[in-house]
Amino acid sequence: MSLTAKDKSVVKAFWGKVSGKADVVGAEALGRMLTAYPQTKTYFSHWADLSPGSDPVKKHGSTIMGAIGNAVGVIDELVGGLSALSDLHAFKLRVDPGNFKILSHNILVTLAIHFPRDFTPEVHIAVDKFLAALSAALADKYR
Amino acid sequence: MADWTDAEKSTISAVWGQVDINEVGPLALGRVLIVYPWTQRYFGSFGDVSTAAAIMGNPKVAAHGKVVCGALDKAVKNMGNILATYKSLSETHANKLFVDPDNFRVLADVLTIVIAAKFGAAFTPEIQATWQKFMKVVVAAMSSRYF
Repeated sequence: MSLTAKDKSVVKAFWGKVSGKADVVGAEALGRMLTAYPQTKTYFSHWADLSPGSDPVKKHGSTIMGAIGNAVGVIDELVGGLSALSDLHAFKLRVDPGNFKILSHNILVTLAIHFPRDFTPEVHIAVDKFLAALSAALADKYR
Repeated sequence: MADWTDAEKSTISAVWGQVDINEVGPLALGRVLIVYPWTQRYFGSFGDVSTAAAIMGNPKVAAHGKVVCGALDKAVKNMGNILATYKSLSETHANKLFVDPDNFRVLADVLTIVIAAKFGAAFTPEIQATWQKFMKVVVAAMSSRYF
């Protein structure tokens, strides 16, 4: 389900609104994922505190959203642009790629909460497609 | 099918108590048809679903959204028995309507997003967790009669 020119421009426009709150959104999405999908906690067993709003969750949420923001910048060539991150997730972190869908869902929930008027069905479909394409690029090097 | 603490039961009742089916049902079903357009295959008799605006303005979509969301009421009122509660609805969807059961998960996720947008920050991570557990059980029950 490739990104059309319209999808890309909708994502870029919406991300312009999101970027000011990116850290908050990232931290909250990660906290929601760890709380609502406790099986994802297995990847963070080295953190002292996995609760929403904790320091490691805030810091890592910010890292993730920063990377997603960068992905918006390379939206025309996600596989190439995310190649190094794909290596990291495939060979070092070894995150089961099924989890990308789970985190994407929690990002959508968080966006709906923080941008209830802007997160229209049209924006929803474009962002959902973008996160799916991003997830596929992130899984590209797995095998 | 699942164990519910008293806190979880009251969370689900409290969330559901604040959901207006007449508003949320149409929003959720409409959003499913827009975001996952292949789901339109089940609604050939509904008329114009060619654009997002057509979908959100379509009275048959709205009416059916209320029906689908309204059926969740049975689960909220029978949390200890969700599997039995949806046995015949599951059979209908499997044997008469031929609905791919993956759509139950899709609708559950979109409904969660619509509810989150309505509730805002009041839809805390903990409330979301309980709500998603409830949705997971509902989806499993609706899928249970597919062989």
